[in-house]
Amino acid sequence: MSFMSLFPQWIFEQGPAFLIVLPLLMGAIIAILPNRSMAWWFTFFVTLICTYTAFGLFQHIYFDSFLLYTMGGWAPPHGISLIVDGLSAPILLLISVMAMLTVIYALPASISEIEPKKRGPFYAAFLICFAGLMGMVITGDAFNVFVFLEVSSISTYALVAMGAARDRRSLAAAYNYLIMGSIGATFFVIGLGFLFMETGTLNMAEMSAILSDLDGGTRVSKVGYGFIVVGLGLKIAMFPLHTWLPRAYAYAPTKITIFLASTATKAAIYLLLRFTFTVFDPSFDYISIMLKYLIVGAAVVGMVFASFQAIFQSDVRRVLAYSSVAQVGYILLGIGIATSSGLAAGYLHLLNHAIIKGCLFISVGAFWYRFGITRVDDFSGLFKTMPLTMGAFTLGGLSLIGVPFTAGFVSKVKLILAAAEQEMWWAVLVIVFSSVLAIVYIGRIIMAAYFGSPPKINGSTFTKNEAPFMMLFPMWVLGLMSIAIGLNAFGIGDTFVSASEIAASVLLGGRG
Amino acid sequence: MLSLLLDQYNYAVVIILMMTGLYVVFASRNLIKKLVGLSIFQTSVFLLYITIGKVSGGQPPIVESHGSDHANSETLLFASIGEVDSVAQSSSEVLYSNPLPHVLILTAIVVGVATLAIGLSLVVRVREVYGTIEEDKIEEYDRIYYKEILERQ
Repeated sequence: MSFMSLFPQWIFEQGPAFLIVLPLLMGAIIAILPNRSMAWWFTFFVTLICTYTAFGLFQHIYFDSFLLYTMGGWAPPHGISLIVDGLSAPILLLISVMAMLTVIYALPASISEIEPKKRGPFYAAFLICFAGLMGMVITGDAFNVFVFLEVSSISTYALVAMGAARDRRSLAAAYNYLIMGSIGATFFVIGLGFLFMETGTLNMAEMSAILSDLDGGTRVSKVGYGFIVVGLGLKIAMFPLHTWLPRAYAYAPTKITIFLASTATKAAIYLLLRFTFTVFDPSFDYISIMLKYLIVGAAVVGMVFASFQAIFQSDVRRVLAYSSVAQVGYILLGIGIATSSGLAAGYLHLLNHAIIKGCLFISVGAFWYRFGITRVDDFSGLFKTMPLTMGAFTLGGLSLIGVPFTAGFVSKVKLILAAAEQEMWWAVLVIVFSSVLAIVYIGRIIMAAYFGSPPKINGSTFTKNEAPFMMLFPMWVLGLMSIAIGLNAFGIGDTFVSASEIAASVLLGGRG
Repeated sequence: MLSLLLDQYNYAVVIILMMTGLYVVFASRNLIKKLVGLSIFQTSVFLLYITIGKVSGGQPPIVESHGSDHANSETLLFASIGEVDSVAQSSSEVLYSNPLPHVLILTAIVVGVATLAIGLSLVVRVREVYGTIEEDKIEEYDRIYYKEILERQ
C-alpha cells in the first residue's frame, strides 16, 4: 500500500526541518497567547500536522531511500544535517502519534490536573519537549543531539513538577529527575568531547568514517564511548541507573506519564543504537565486549529485578513504571545480541512497548480522572463501573505479558528466536521467567478489577461511570493497534515487522 | 611523571573539578548544595572543551588584515597579527586555534544556566510546600503526611 500520492512534494523536501521548527515556534507562540483556551487547539493542530509530515516521511523511507536535509544549505560535515532513514523514520512517526493521542487525552485530563492559568505554559512546555525529542531523533550532528536532549529534558522537569497541584511528592521527583538527567546529559557531552578529540568533527557520518579508518581509534574513543553509554543509560533508565524513573512516572501529571513512558526513553534508546552501530561499529572489539557483557548483563538483571519490584508495589503507576524498566531490559537484550534478528526484535519491541504502555497509562489516567484512584486495592470491581476502560487496560496488560495474538507476543517470540539463534539458552529462560513475573503483577490488578466487588459509597453500590470519549478514543486506538499487530490485521503487523527489519539492516550497514 | 602532569595541568584541573562536583551532588542532602555540585560538574566540562580547542602555538582564530589591502582574498585569509605576519607571507600558513569548541561551550553554558534556573525554581517551590530544603526532612514529612491520608481513608 502506498500513500505517497497523499503527500505534497514539499514534505519530502522540507519535512525534516518542519518537524522541529513548527513545534518549537508554536511552543513560544502558545506561551504568550492571550486566549488560553486556544492553547489546546494550537497544540492539537501542531501535533496533527507533525504526524501527517512524519507519516509522509515514513512512507518515503519505507518505499524509497533515505533523506538528507542540509540546514540552511550548508553541506555536511560543516553544516548541520538532518537524517531521515529506516532507523529514525519509524521513531519520528511513533513520537508524533503518541504526542497527538496524549494531547487528545489531555483535554479532559487538564480540567482536573492543571489550573486554568497554567494551561497555556503547560502546552507550550509540552510542545518544546516534543520538538526536543523529534530533534534528538532526526539530527545528524552529534552536538546537536546534546542540545535537543537538554531541550526535551529541561521542559520535562518542569512538566513533571506540574503534578504538584495533585501530589506534592512530584516536586521531589522532578528535582531528583533533574539531578540525574543533568548528570546523564553531562556524561554524554563529556563522551562527545572525547570523540571530538579523536576525530575532529561533530558530523556523525564523518565521525563514523574517521573511526573506521582508525580501526576503532585509541583509548580516547574507548573512554568516549564509555561516557556516552553511561550518559544515555541514565536517560534510558538502564537497570542500575533507573532510580529516577518510578518516582517521576508515578507523581507526574497523568498525561506527562503517558507521553514520557512511550517516547522519552525510546528516543534515548534510539540514540544508543545510533551511536553504537552507526557512529561506532560493533566490529570494534571494545564495542562488542561492551554489548556482550555490559548491555546484555544490565538488560537481564533489569528484566528480573525490576519485574520483582513491580510485584511488590501498591500503586498501579509504580507497578507500570517498574515494568517499563523491565521492558527496557528486553529491548536492550535485543540490542546486546547484536545480530540482525536480535536488533530487529529489540527495535520491534521498542515500538510495541510504546504502544502497550501508552494504552495502559491512558487507562490508569482515566481511572484516576473518574475516581481519583491509583492504588491496586482501589481497583476492586472496576470492571463493573468502567467496563470499556478496563477492557482497554486488559488488552494492554495481556499484550505486556505476551499472550498470543498480541503485539507483545510477536516481539517476545522474535527476541526468543534471536537469543536461541546465538544459543543463549539462559537468556531465553530469563525472558520466559520475566514474562511469568509480568503475569503476576498485571494479573493482580486484573483479578481485583474483574472479580472484586465495587466499593459501596453511601450504602449503595456504585453504578456505571465510564470515562469520557476523549479518553476512550486514544486508549482504544492503542489497544486495538496492539491486537492488530498480533493478528496482522490489515497488514499492520507486517508493516511493523518489516520496518524493524529495515532498521536492523540500516544499523548493520546494509542500507542507507 | 610530574613534568607530564605539569605540562597538562589543565586536564588535572578538569578531573579535580569533575570529581568534586559529582561528590558534592551525591554526598550532600541539601537541595541547594546539590545544585552547586551539579554546576561545578558542568563547569569542568566547559574547561575540558576549551582545552580541546587550544592548538599549541596556535593564534586566535581571527582573520585580520593590515592596511587597505582588502581586495586580495588570499592576503585576507592568511594575514595575521604582529610578528607572525612575515612568517605568514613566507610560508602562507598560520596555525589557528580551533574556534569550534568555544562555540559549542557557549551553547552548553546556556543549557547549564537553564538547568540551574529550573532547579532553583523547583527548590523555591519545595521550600514553599515543605518549609525545608533538607532531603531527609522532606522524606520524613512525606511519610507522615501520606500515612495520615491512608489512615483517614
